Amino acid sequence: MSLLDTHIGFVEALRSAGLSVSLAEGLDAIAALEKVRWHDRETVRAAYAATLVKRQPQRVTFDAVFDIYYPRLIGSGVAGDGLERVAGPQDTGPALEDFREALAEALASDDGRTLQDLAVEAVARFGAMPGRGPGLSSWSAYTSLQRVSPSELMDRLVRGLLGQGLDAEQAERVAGRRIGAFTRLVEGDARRRIAEEKGPEHVVDVTVRPTIDRLDFTAARRSDLEEMRREIYPLARRLAARLTKEQHAQRRGPLDVRRTVRASIATGGVPLTTHHRPKRPHRTELVVLCDVSGSVANFAHFTLLLVFALREAFNGVRAFTFVDDVVEVSEAFRPGADVVEVMESLSASISHAALWGRTNYGRALTRFADEHGDAIGPRSSLLILGDGRSNYSDLALPVLSDLAGRSRHAWWLNPEHPRHWGTGDSAADRYGEIVPMTECRNLAQLGEFVHGIV
Amino acid sequence: MTTTWFASPADAARRLREAGYLTDDATALTAYLSGALEKPLLVEGPAGVGKTELAKAVARATGAELVRLQCYEGLDEARALYEWNYKKQLLRIQSSGGEDSWSETHDDIFTEEFLLTRPLLSAIRRDEPTVLLIDEVDKTDVEVEGLLLEVLSDFQVTIPELGTVTATRRPFVVLTSNASRELSEAVKRRCLFLHLDYPDAERERAIVTSQVPELDEKVAAQLVDVVVRLRDLELKKAPSIAESVDWARTLIALQIADLDEATVARTLGVVLKHASDQRRAVKELKLATA
Repeated sequence: MSLLDTHIGFVEALRSAGLSVSLAEGLDAIAALEKVRWHDRETVRAAYAATLVKRQPQRVTFDAVFDIYYPRLIGSGVAGDGLERVAGPQDTGPALEDFREALAEALASDDGRTLQDLAVEAVARFGAMPGRGPGLSSWSAYTSLQRVSPSELMDRLVRGLLGQGLDAEQAERVAGRRIGAFTRLVEGDARRRIAEEKGPEHVVDVTVRPTIDRLDFTAARRSDLEEMRREIYPLARRLAARLTKEQHAQRRGPLDVRRTVRASIATGGVPLTTHHRPKRPHRTELVVLCDVSGSVANFAHFTLLLVFALREAFNGVRAFTFVDDVVEVSEAFRPGADVVEVMESLSASISHAALWGRTNYGRALTRFADEHGDAIGPRSSLLILGDGRSNYSDLALPVLSDLAGRSRHAWWLNPEHPRHWGTGDSAADRYGEIVPMTECRNLAQLGEFVHGIV
Repeated sequence: MTTTWFASPADAARRLREAGYLTDDATALTAYLSGALEKPLLVEGPAGVGKTELAKAVARATGAELVRLQCYEGLDEARALYEWNYKKQLLRIQSSGGEDSWSETHDDIFTEEFLLTRPLLSAIRRDEPTVLLIDEVDKTDVEVEGLLLEVLSDFQVTIPELGTVTATRRPFVVLTSNASRELSEAVKRRCLFLHLDYPDAERERAIVTSQVPELDEKVAAQLVDVVVRLRDLELKKAPSIAESVDWARTLIALQIADLDEATVARTLGVVLKHASDQRRAVKELKLATA
């Protein structure tokens, strides 16, 4: 492949991965590459990044695609020289022992370069699946991670870190992060190997994950969830900034005569600029009712955090969680409360919200109408979060339509794809007839929705 | 007329360092590319990581003058580009006492004399090397972005009464943004993009010691260590580089030679500005509150 082919393939891959790379930007990238020297891979990466990636969340995707199209090395590289010299099978007991020893040391000292080399070795030595049919990849990150199982080194790593004066909780976090990083290195290297074998286009389609704001709540891993939580406050800030701006744009109220005349003095009595009184923004009271059973708990938590981060935009916010019983959690969201504490108290509230532990929308709605029915009125809006999967129990449709009828607005957010609505025990289609149901699967959709209601 | 801003990425890194700004490789490379390709540089990142400082450092390093346009909500053409001096024009019309014909007056009051140039226009008209800093561009309204497009792509400004003013020497343009709003694709397309983030521990120590040379090496290491640990916590606002430098200055002012837990707890207010963040830090770092 010529350099130009690689470049064009790379840009195409970025586009199919969701980055909007224009033709002009592609030309910029080539102009930039002409101005730098190519002896360093990171220079090329930075030049591409400066010209093609205009949004920081996309950087992760960019890096993944870049690694596939411009691999760090080919085959086992220089570090793999030792591999080829050993005759016979690569994956032997003693080899594994030695490797794990080396890995433990590298993890303890957090030596990036060695870890990278070890990741290459892990795939080469323990991840090879020779003799598979054409079309099947002969390298596997899964196999090599199963053999090496870096998570078993966790205890040892934690002990070492404790010796360096970190406390237990912190040591565990640091160790977890380092092992996670190594796992990603191995996965990346397996991708590189497969790309080498089957061509990069194939691998990009399969392996590149969506950016964090487009990632499904239900498909998120633990580390993704943490990252999402960090995104909530920036998202709330962006939304708040957008809201004030839009409210300013619309708030040309009646003419403010006094200020207009005062300003006209500067231009000899000619009122060149007019001044207007601001309009008061309209605010409603928001009642959030959310399903916190296992399947959708994460989604509910994110929405609650976001709603409360934007509480200035509402007259008041009350939140209730339910599984098969209802409990109010508004007091957890004091102004200035700490995110971690809020999440903890939310998790604790789940035990109060469940009597038998099986989601029962009908019972929860009835209990809500009985106990907290006064929360709903003509000045308040009702927002329900949940997948509508009610374990085939009574749905209490009349109760919901009564609640929806009494409130100013009612919405239902569903974290499932619309094609799953109404399948299995999902009552999303039947609830959706009463309350307008919106799909909300990732942070971007959530942000759009919350912006829409305020 | 073209200016060579930096000869190579390494040259950019060296000269920025001499100007008191420690860069990483990506920053130096992007700054070099921005000069070499004559494209504006859009710098994004959290508050206090040195976005504005980068523009100032480029100006210092290249001996150029800095022209700054501070963006805010409600910024308009009259504040960003140019404005006619109404008062002077009115005076001129009144003083002629209605003797001149309309066309004479018209030609007279729309001349250079009555033009008030604002940052964008003055940056373009300057003959000397100029660094144009458009600060916090995300704070402006969308209309202003439209205004920026002509300036950023062709480095020219069209004034209906005078014609088009084209830059004799292209300025080095730096736009900064806190990402509180997505900028339009059109603006982004014309710029090179650089995301500045919190630096790694080593570079941060270098920055702190270069900004506050009086600070003891050992204290600097302790300080950076605490700041890095703080950034790991889930805080509303993670401490920025500017705040670590402030903290170092505070320690100098208090003449503290050792950053122990009690000192950290007492001076935490310099780096953490939310009450809940401070409580969390005290809890997580297991600080003994005095």
